[in-house]
Amino acid sequence: MLGALIIVFREVLEAGLIVGIVLAATQGVVGRGRWIAIGIGGGLAGAAVVASFASVISQAFEGSGQEMFNAGVLATAVVMLMWHNAWMARHGREIAAEMRQIGTAVSEGAKPLTALAVVIGLAVLREGSEVVLFLYGIVASGTSMSALFLGSVLGVAAGAAFSALTYLGLLAIPQRHIFTVTTWLIALLAAGMAAQSVQFLNNGGVLTAFDTTMWDTSWLLSEGSIVGRLLHTLIGYTERPTGMQLIAYAGTLIAMYLLMRVARAPGRPRPATV
Amino acid sequence: MNKLLVACVAAALLVPAMAQADDFTLTIKDHKFTPSELKVPAGKRHTITVVNEDATPEEFESHALKIEKVVPGKSKGVVRVGPLKPGKYPFVGEFHEDSAKGVIIAE
Repeated sequence: MLGALIIVFREVLEAGLIVGIVLAATQGVVGRGRWIAIGIGGGLAGAAVVASFASVISQAFEGSGQEMFNAGVLATAVVMLMWHNAWMARHGREIAAEMRQIGTAVSEGAKPLTALAVVIGLAVLREGSEVVLFLYGIVASGTSMSALFLGSVLGVAAGAAFSALTYLGLLAIPQRHIFTVTTWLIALLAAGMAAQSVQFLNNGGVLTAFDTTMWDTSWLLSEGSIVGRLLHTLIGYTERPTGMQLIAYAGTLIAMYLLMRVARAPGRPRPATV
Repeated sequence: MNKLLVACVAAALLVPAMAQADDFTLTIKDHKFTPSELKVPAGKRHTITVVNEDATPEEFESHALKIEKVVPGKSKGVVRVGPLKPGKYPFVGEFHEDSAKGVIIAE
């Protein structure tokens, strides 16, 4: 039971952190609940499909199918996060201003929410498919169903509770700073995903350039520890990054910065009220 | 920066996996790895075939090697490691972390 609890908790937590950040980033956007629900639902359905085709995916691309799949999923999420931040660079001020003036939600959110729903869906899909495979394994090995069920339920509950804490913690940030904070969180999240994505390409044997390990901070913070895992998900902490991972990380941050500048450029429709 | 990126991508595409090095095998049975200690030469690329003889899926995971790979039951998967500096690189089977663990020693 404990094994199920820990693994399910870990995976739910990883996806949940992303959901928490997205929820905070979409504060005040009408209909966000529906989009986020679609993201989670789609992700769960996708996870079941991915898990049942695990063997097929593994065997694709001469045995590197799983790596290609993960790299693709992460790269897509990176693009969606960039899109969101660019959109927010253009419209965030208006939204923030309106939220303060009217004190109610605004309705201009349809566009970036598709992007974020996709991000949530992909996060749930990745972590969820691992949970499904793991649980399948336990069932197959004959652990009692009730213990398994109890462990999983507790794991999901604990993971969800932690995600809720993340969200509430972010909400405690004063409203005029929240978009700045979530923009940063999303930028770092995307950079971390990009670094993971190139590593999957490396593991798949596709992108092996600059694969020398640049440094090793495992003595300081192990990636296997709770804090290490949290930071891995949030900002892409890697105890032994390769040169290519650093390039991907920095490249994503730079690309996102440039994109946001371009998006912001054409005359602000409304002055920045502080 | 952009030029650098383009150069990196080009280099990566033009020089696909240079020296293809020796192949190693790790077998999972009863949620344990055999051998649990695998010695590989440092400074080279290696492919390791992870054979899962159990009926249940396992996830080969190593933070030190930056690898996460699900190996379905009664199946095998190939992971690529290296070039490694001399040292110890622990790995686990994430779904059965209590028993499924081992270490790769690069020397």
